[in-house]
Amino acid sequence: MSIAAKANTLWEYANPRKFLATSERVLPFFWMTSFVCLVVGLTWGFFFTPDDYKQGSTVKIIYLHVPAALMAINCWLMMLATSLVWLVRRHHVSALAARAAAPIGIVMTLIALVTGAIWGQPMWGTWWAWDPRLTAFLILFLFYLGYVALWEAIEDSDTAADLTSVLCLVGSVFALLSRYAVNFWNQGLHQGASVMRAAAITGADTEEKVSNIYFYPLLLCIIGFVLLFIALVLYRTGTEIRARRIKALLARERLNG
Amino acid sequence: MIPDLGKYADAVLWSYAASLGLLIALVVLSVMRGRKVRAEMEKLEHRMSRNG
Repeated sequence: MSIAAKANTLWEYANPRKFLATSERVLPFFWMTSFVCLVVGLTWGFFFTPDDYKQGSTVKIIYLHVPAALMAINCWLMMLATSLVWLVRRHHVSALAARAAAPIGIVMTLIALVTGAIWGQPMWGTWWAWDPRLTAFLILFLFYLGYVALWEAIEDSDTAADLTSVLCLVGSVFALLSRYAVNFWNQGLHQGASVMRAAAITGADTEEKVSNIYFYPLLLCIIGFVLLFIALVLYRTGTEIRARRIKALLARERLNG
Repeated sequence: MIPDLGKYADAVLWSYAASLGLLIALVVLSVMRGRKVRAEMEKLEHRMSRNG
């Protein structure tokens, strides 16, 4: 199949009926695999990994903090992609997918912030610092809240989709900053990347990276969070499509008297 | 059953409780709203098809 043909197949999912039919077929797989990965990964990490020689048992927070932070950023990037599709191609399903993803992003950012504060207190001696990475994450959280509030505040759904898409473009700066702030400013309490760093994995640099004892259960937790995110986005987008249809049906009913 | 978490037990347990609580709340609220919206849509479709 050519690339153009593949792209056309992808656009078929912009049809709400096709999207709902496909998502209902694949959802059980995503719910099940995410549940299994999270249960196995968290059990492995919590019960069967040793304490770190520096951080003691607080190292076990990594299995929630890192996947949640990763998903908080990637959720916004997914919203950016679907917002761009809405702005360029005007496919309603993509705008609704962005809307459906936002509350998931709020929860992921909140988990990253809360577990970060709880982890930071014993390690840094403070719950919070105006560190570039932490601050960028807090602003990202506020952007998520603003995004959801904007959707709720505007009655016309197309106008709401337009304005929230523009907000999403602006907020993307902070999504990227929350990942790369440490590299840009090279200061603050939060460390740089120590899990997903290509140079550390290939051995091209000698900076500290997470030991394999912690890395494998962490990888499983990350996979679990990604699968849970996909399941939730598919499910919630289906709900948004149905809610939109209810609005359309009610409007038609009013019109018919 | 719970491993010895030493002096950081509170920090670790609170992290897990808060995170799992938020994740479970997100899933439960999403499913509850999904079911409610689906039922509402089916009811409306049924009513409209009956009324022509």
